[in-house]
Amino acid sequence: MATNVQNKPLTARDYKSDLLSDWCPGCGDFGIVAALQGALAELQIPQHRVAVVGGVGCSSKSPHLMQTYGIHTLHGRPVPFALGVALANPDLTVVVTGGDGDGYGIGSGHFMNAGRRNVDMTYLVYNNEVYGLTKGQASPTLAYGQQTKSLPVPNVQERVDPLSLAICSGYTFVARSYAYNKKHLTETIKRAIQHPGMAIVDILQPCPTYNDLHTKEWYDQSIGVGATQTPRVYDIEAEGYCGKVNNPKDAAEWERKEIAALTKIRTPEDRIAVGVYWEVIKPTFMERLYPLNPQLKERAVCLAPLADNAGKPLANLGNVYEEFRVS
Amino acid sequence: MTNTETVNHFSWTIGGPQGTGVDSSAILFVRACALAGLYCYGKREYESTIKGGHSYTNVRVSETFINSHVDPIHLFTAYEKTAPLVHAPAITPGGALIYDPKVTDPAQLGLQNGVSAIAIPYDELLNELAAELNQPLAKVMIMKNTLAVGASLAMVKFDPQYVEAALKGIFTDRKAALVPMNMRAVEKGYEAIEKLGVAANFPYRLEARPDNPERLVMSGTSAVALGKVKAGCKFQTYYPITPASDESVYLESIAAEFGMNVVQCEDEIASACMAVGAALTGVRAATSTSCPGFGLMAEGIGWASMNEVPVVIVDYQRGTPATGLPTRHEQADLLFTAFISHGTPQRIVVAPGTMAEYFEDAFNAFNYAEQYQMPVLMLTDKCLANNTMTIHPFDESKLVINRGKLVSDEELARLSQQPEYQGVFKRYAFSEDGVSPRSFVGQEHGIHWNAGDEHSEIGHIWEDPENRIKMMQKRQKKLETALKGIPQDKQFKLYGPENAECTVVVWGSTLGPLLDALPILNSDGLSVNVLQLRLMVPFPVDGVSQILNRAKIKVGFEMNNTGQLAKLIRMETGIAMDHMILKYTGRPVSETEAVAAVRDVMKQQVKEVVLHYGY
Repeated sequence: MATNVQNKPLTARDYKSDLLSDWCPGCGDFGIVAALQGALAELQIPQHRVAVVGGVGCSSKSPHLMQTYGIHTLHGRPVPFALGVALANPDLTVVVTGGDGDGYGIGSGHFMNAGRRNVDMTYLVYNNEVYGLTKGQASPTLAYGQQTKSLPVPNVQERVDPLSLAICSGYTFVARSYAYNKKHLTETIKRAIQHPGMAIVDILQPCPTYNDLHTKEWYDQSIGVGATQTPRVYDIEAEGYCGKVNNPKDAAEWERKEIAALTKIRTPEDRIAVGVYWEVIKPTFMERLYPLNPQLKERAVCLAPLADNAGKPLANLGNVYEEFRVS
Repeated sequence: MTNTETVNHFSWTIGGPQGTGVDSSAILFVRACALAGLYCYGKREYESTIKGGHSYTNVRVSETFINSHVDPIHLFTAYEKTAPLVHAPAITPGGALIYDPKVTDPAQLGLQNGVSAIAIPYDELLNELAAELNQPLAKVMIMKNTLAVGASLAMVKFDPQYVEAALKGIFTDRKAALVPMNMRAVEKGYEAIEKLGVAANFPYRLEARPDNPERLVMSGTSAVALGKVKAGCKFQTYYPITPASDESVYLESIAAEFGMNVVQCEDEIASACMAVGAALTGVRAATSTSCPGFGLMAEGIGWASMNEVPVVIVDYQRGTPATGLPTRHEQADLLFTAFISHGTPQRIVVAPGTMAEYFEDAFNAFNYAEQYQMPVLMLTDKCLANNTMTIHPFDESKLVINRGKLVSDEELARLSQQPEYQGVFKRYAFSEDGVSPRSFVGQEHGIHWNAGDEHSEIGHIWEDPENRIKMMQKRQKKLETALKGIPQDKQFKLYGPENAECTVVVWGSTLGPLLDALPILNSDGLSVNVLQLRLMVPFPVDGVSQILNRAKIKVGFEMNNTGQLAKLIRMETGIAMDHMILKYTGRPVSETEAVAAVRDVMKQQVKEVVLHYGY
């Protein structure tokens, strides 16, 4: 994570590009991009040290709205593109913005394997349960039996649980937030960026055009009656839950917290929980490589000089030829 | 049997189930011959299994540089029962079979007349060896193949000091203690042949050359790997696949010396996308794969074209379609590569034909990629990828790194002071030659966007019709620029007499057997030259047309079933081949076959010949 060395403090506005979005009025995406801009401003990361990588879909257009390096890639592939950026220049702040179909459907293999590597980057999944840009088909997070307005028949496939999948795949920061809770979302994104490792924030968001089941009004409702009435969306950490492993060397604590996180995620309830479920410090991909390949620690591969002033290659094959030499 | 002795022209095959040391025997043989100043061409065949299956290596030895194998086998060495069942009939009269009498009855093998069958009592010799070395039998059993190499070299009266030197080159550092044991196994083989007294009548001999110029013994995957390293490639991705992963695994083994990051991915989709993502930061990035994996890379290649990202992708072609013949040779990805990804994305396609060109093109690919800002796809094939050859050291003297239109931090700082600077950099600025100045992700004042969608000069999605036309033309223009910029001797090459009656058109490793066939054909009263195509996209229309228009007879010679290069040539130049020689058994073509096939089409006017030889 790079920090701002200029004198003038950066504001959320400094991370806004001149482009106007083409999202529908009331789309949750607005809140997420604003929260990302707010989080970057709080962290004072220079714009050019940030790469925002999108896949394909409404949410994946987010990079264009950011006054940072923006990389709008292929459907389902933002994670491998972002991994390439993050591994070639580990000093950059790399943020992936993609949808639930992009990440948990077509990109599910990359989503899972990113956990195994624990590269230092942040993955924001805009989860609205539908494929908006193609007119509202069910995404992998829509529950079995549900029928949003553009589905001709109720959904016959079950939904995946991205949070428990992320924990089981090795993600070291796993959180959920809600697009219209700007304070919680900004804070969660900030924590995800600060986390040294692979962080995922699954962000619930209404799709005002195609998801007529889980609208902003639905999320804002209270549930229960009388004394038991509570907001539908609540913060687990405000209720005392803590998913952070304080001492990663303590196997017993690790196991206890991991089971607690999975139990919390998998226990059905009427309310919708947001918050950080799981947080642990593990060696990152680059930290695992450094002892094997010390030059990688000295400088990012993208900064290595390749040639002398005359253009002659600097790589000297003298030693490696020995293995092949026969005279 | 002939009384004349053939010196330093020898074709030897060793075969057996996979996992029994066929490959290491061949490497020992090749290195020993090479140390004696001889040249080898080692052709490796194996099945898609871990243990068992039928594998063999044929080594052709010569006093001069050779580019191919020949079909007749002079000596076949077996140490178990399956391999001679397949290969024994190919042993040429005057040649010999070494076999294990416990498992093989030579009378059942269909040996040609004049082939000697030499029984080596492996079990007996290994028991003796165990006793001599004071080792359990199980531990010396793994040296059965080494013993077989000893017996083979004894047949050709080869000086064993070179075998010992070869063992010392193979078993180094922690493994050095294995040298004396293995040398003793070699000697047991020599002693067995001596005891039988069969070498004197064997009409082949390998003799050390007094001059011993500097040479390397190498496979194609290593040649490509070293070309990449030399070019300053510091980021390689891959997903395991035969035969491509040898390159990446080798790179991983030397990565620390060169500060290279080699990443094993979850699939080839990720391999392509990750390499492209890395390239955006300015690192020279690459990935390697074989046919099925290459298919998965299509979308990543298309995106890299659209965003003008320099990235190098090597496809080691094998038998197709689908998983095809996973461990065999073919050249059937040319048209797929020339058109890969939907639409009309830009890419450069190079197809080197020799080990030296593997190194050189792997190096140049990064220059092309950065100069013309597009993916460079390199077509190699299983034949050279897996062969073990004696080659001359690579010529590094002319290698120069060219990074194209990079924009420096200082230049960006200067641009940011201009009144028109709006905090963004025109990464896709329109230009005369189609190539725009390029900033890296992470550079101050270089901010821009990348998009798979059609985009503006700063990279935002823009569907304006006029911008669309200009952007499409800009990207396409770079191919014209590339064709002008890539030196002609890297595009195509004519071998043999300039004005021959017949021009044989080849690409990839098929060049090798044709180069060796060329002097034979021409001394046989035929007038033949060979045109090798090395740059496939953009296609060198003028130069190739000029050469083909001169030829009275045009022959396409390719390792696929439809003549893909012939189709590409016809598409680009309108010139059709008169004859096609095709082979798609998965086995590479030999000098023997090449000579016969070209002679046949010229003399008999056959339209299309399909070659069958080899197993």
